[in-house]
Amino acid sequence: MASPIEDRLDLAIRQVGSVILGKERAIRLALSCLLARGHLLIEDLPGMGKTTLAHALAHSLGLHYQRIQFTSDLLPADILGAAVYERQRETFVFHPGPIFAQLILADEINRATPKTQSALLEAMEEGQVTIEGETRPLPEPFFVIATQNPAYQIGTFPLPESQLDRFLMRIELGYPDAQAERALLEGEDRREVLARLPVAMTPAQLQEAQARVNGVHVAPPLLDYVQALLGFSRQSNRFRGGLSPRAGLGLLRAARAWALLHRRAHVLPEDVQAVLTAVVSHRLHPGEDSLEQSSAELVHQLLTAVALPA
Amino acid sequence: MKYWSRKQKPKRDQSGAPPVEPLTLPALLWLQAALALAVAPHVWELPVWLTAVFYGIAAWRGFIALRARQLPPRGLVLIVAVLAGGAVFVDFRTLFGRDAGVALLVAMTACKLLETRGLRDGVVLVFLGYLLVMSNLLYSQEILLVAYLLAVVLLMLAAQVLIHRQHAGFKALAPLRLTGKMALQAIPVMLILFVLFPRIPGPLWGLPRDAYKGRTGLSEEMTPGTVSELSKSDDVAFRARFTGSIPPPDQLYWRGPVLWNFDGRRWSSGDKAPRTTPVPFTPEGEALEYTVILEPSNRIWLFALDLPAILPARSGMTPSFQLLRQEPVNEVYRYEMRSYPRYRTGDLEAAERNRGLWLPRSGNPRARELVAEWRARNLQPDAVVRAALALFREQAFYYTLNPPLLGSNSVDEFLFRTRQGFCEHYASAFVFLMRSAGVPARVVTGYQGGERNTFGDYLIVRQSDAHAWAEVWLEERGWVRVDPTAAVAPNRIQQGLYAAVADTEDLPFLIRRGDSRWLRQLAMGWDSLNNSWNEWILAYGPDRQKEFLSGLGFGPVDWADMTVAMTVALGGFSLVVAGLRWRDQGSRDPVTRAWRRFCARLARRGLTRGAHEGPLAFAERVAGSRPELAESVREIGRLYAVLRYGPVVSPTEVRMLQRLVREFRA
Repeated sequence: MASPIEDRLDLAIRQVGSVILGKERAIRLALSCLLARGHLLIEDLPGMGKTTLAHALAHSLGLHYQRIQFTSDLLPADILGAAVYERQRETFVFHPGPIFAQLILADEINRATPKTQSALLEAMEEGQVTIEGETRPLPEPFFVIATQNPAYQIGTFPLPESQLDRFLMRIELGYPDAQAERALLEGEDRREVLARLPVAMTPAQLQEAQARVNGVHVAPPLLDYVQALLGFSRQSNRFRGGLSPRAGLGLLRAARAWALLHRRAHVLPEDVQAVLTAVVSHRLHPGEDSLEQSSAELVHQLLTAVALPA
Repeated sequence: MKYWSRKQKPKRDQSGAPPVEPLTLPALLWLQAALALAVAPHVWELPVWLTAVFYGIAAWRGFIALRARQLPPRGLVLIVAVLAGGAVFVDFRTLFGRDAGVALLVAMTACKLLETRGLRDGVVLVFLGYLLVMSNLLYSQEILLVAYLLAVVLLMLAAQVLIHRQHAGFKALAPLRLTGKMALQAIPVMLILFVLFPRIPGPLWGLPRDAYKGRTGLSEEMTPGTVSELSKSDDVAFRARFTGSIPPPDQLYWRGPVLWNFDGRRWSSGDKAPRTTPVPFTPEGEALEYTVILEPSNRIWLFALDLPAILPARSGMTPSFQLLRQEPVNEVYRYEMRSYPRYRTGDLEAAERNRGLWLPRSGNPRARELVAEWRARNLQPDAVVRAALALFREQAFYYTLNPPLLGSNSVDEFLFRTRQGFCEHYASAFVFLMRSAGVPARVVTGYQGGERNTFGDYLIVRQSDAHAWAEVWLEERGWVRVDPTAAVAPNRIQQGLYAAVADTEDLPFLIRRGDSRWLRQLAMGWDSLNNSWNEWILAYGPDRQKEFLSGLGFGPVDWADMTVAMTVALGGFSLVVAGLRWRDQGSRDPVTRAWRRFCARLARRGLTRGAHEGPLAFAERVAGSRPELAESVREIGRLYAVLRYGPVVSPTEVRMLQRLVREFRA
């Protein structure tokens, strides 16, 4: 009894999957993030398809798309826009910046200065920008995909923890497997494939889907489980500082979106587990006992340590 | 599609042989390790060639398994089996009895290894392994060996678990953890069986004749050299725990066989048949109450201090006050005793007097001459005793463990030529002199003294405490103990063997008092542990069992009562465990209950749900490893997920879940 919305979501996943080969899980995560009205951070090396993913998503979902390449000399006004004096009209006319789009790709966000970064992040959080005293709403839906090179690269300003927290998910794409890579090498130019993609759903349908995420049922045992996860992250000395309430809300929202994508009207522990790494890995920090561990290992420990409530 | 279910018998292939479910490598390696360890204690008794054959074959089998080579053809295995069996027969001249039987078992286990392919062979080997473990107990039941065998049983159990759950995907040491848990759970059952299983006097079935060979101890006869040979052994003969304090050494004469007959060189028993009531005598002074824990000796003798006044169960007493049990002591045997160190025995019957004076017609002429001299001086019996003791004391007699050999006139040679002897020489010569002088006398063998263990406050009597002394019959007093050794070497009686012989004589380690204090302390602690083991575990025989159960307030119990008690105790224990498990699993929520039942059923097949594993993920995993179950497992997982995490609980779906779980067969 799949309603058209779910069919359209599936179609979108298939379409994006035909551009980004062998990365269905990452695509589903990205779409869940969008459905949950969160913003996405993709962290990976250059050339892994971050930009292509963002482009394909925008295209499939029929979203107005803008790309901002972050550089060290980028200024806040370059993102938000500025009021420019027009001689003919003898007045200041606001020239909106690239942020006034439905899907923003903030490429290499960690190359810009903290000041510029925070201009974007504030806009993400508020859903509006205030320029020269005037508040202007951002379009609906509004979705930011930021990409970042791993922080150890030269000439970068790593996002501080508080800013990282504004992204609902952080994912990595990783190298494609051999089969996908072969198909990629054999196939035609990705840009051409992209250009041919039809629109899978309208922005209005996307908003409807977003509204339906809130309707996905969450049973008390599942809330028990989410609370157990949060509690463990706070009590265990494997982590420095536990997960915040915002992280808990985000986890639940993402799990709901994931369940919807999988045509379920209720959230299962499996849904929580599926989005857990993407939602919490950038919010968990190793405690003194586990300094050597990667964030993925940390999340795995959290996942395996917490039993499902009986 | 269900193309295979457990209820169907596997079809036979064309050749007619049932298809073999092969043993996995870990199962085989665990099994091999357990078997090798089960055979290890036998290495002391097995012929060297058999040890080499067994471990050689085991190593070969291990190599075959590790390198995935072909097993040898059946013909070859058959030849090896026949050769091994033949070799055992040639070596032992029989296939029966303890030693040959164990050798045959080891040889055939090795052959079985060579043809072990499948699960069934593995099971057979496991049970051969348990048999091998038990066979070790035919040789020794010492505490260390038992601990070792328990460890081997755990390993064997782990191998068994691995064999039966080959595809459960155990990680390295996980089977051991599981069997450890199982063993812990079995402890209450073990205790119930140990305490309550009806014990039957005597062996349950006839053990082979050679089962008890090779035990050291006193013998029925005494020739010069028998006791001194025994003195070189530090084996424990028995231990004794006194109700009061341990009496002084000159009262510690542990009475054994009494020897009447002398042929000029050898003393032999000639005692009369035992009676079932204590032989009467007139006690003087206080009684000694004590418990003796006797080591297996394969003899019927029980040892008691002079003179025993009561009889342990199923035993009798000879007219010479020796205690005899009805059947040989082949287990650790514990009995309570009461003795009177001061006593007066009754009159001497004519027949007994004759036996107490009997000597060969000829032989040992010089001794007879000496006695003739005493007779000429018309000495009274007690003066004769004094004269003989004075002879030992005043002439240059030596007390030694290594006396010169004596010929047929042993008394003469000893008294007038060598003058070096151990207690049997003195006792023999003394009794000979007494009898020649017309004083009824006899030789008593047994043990004298013992070592106090400060840890447990009991007395350890070793084979090295073996002793021989004399008894003479005097008017008015009856049988009187005379220890000629005390005249020569008073230290032997007061302080034990070590004090009495020269440092140069080779004594076993534990008897040498000069060894480091620390080591002795350790040895005493260890002996105390062994004594507890003996008293509480090994000596828990039929008598002790009855005593114990009666002591608990059950009154007199027989084996039928015990069987009932055992059944009730075992049943009660099982009910308690089942109740705990049931409470653990019981939940008011029918959905949760059905799901737990389902998970438990799969867990028994080695598919355990991880604590964090969600229902769909678990169902997928099970479906992956057991494709024939995929359909039902997925359906159960889906239903449970909907019912537990979905918005509404529909009674129809609950019933469906319950039905599916009920019908589910993993």
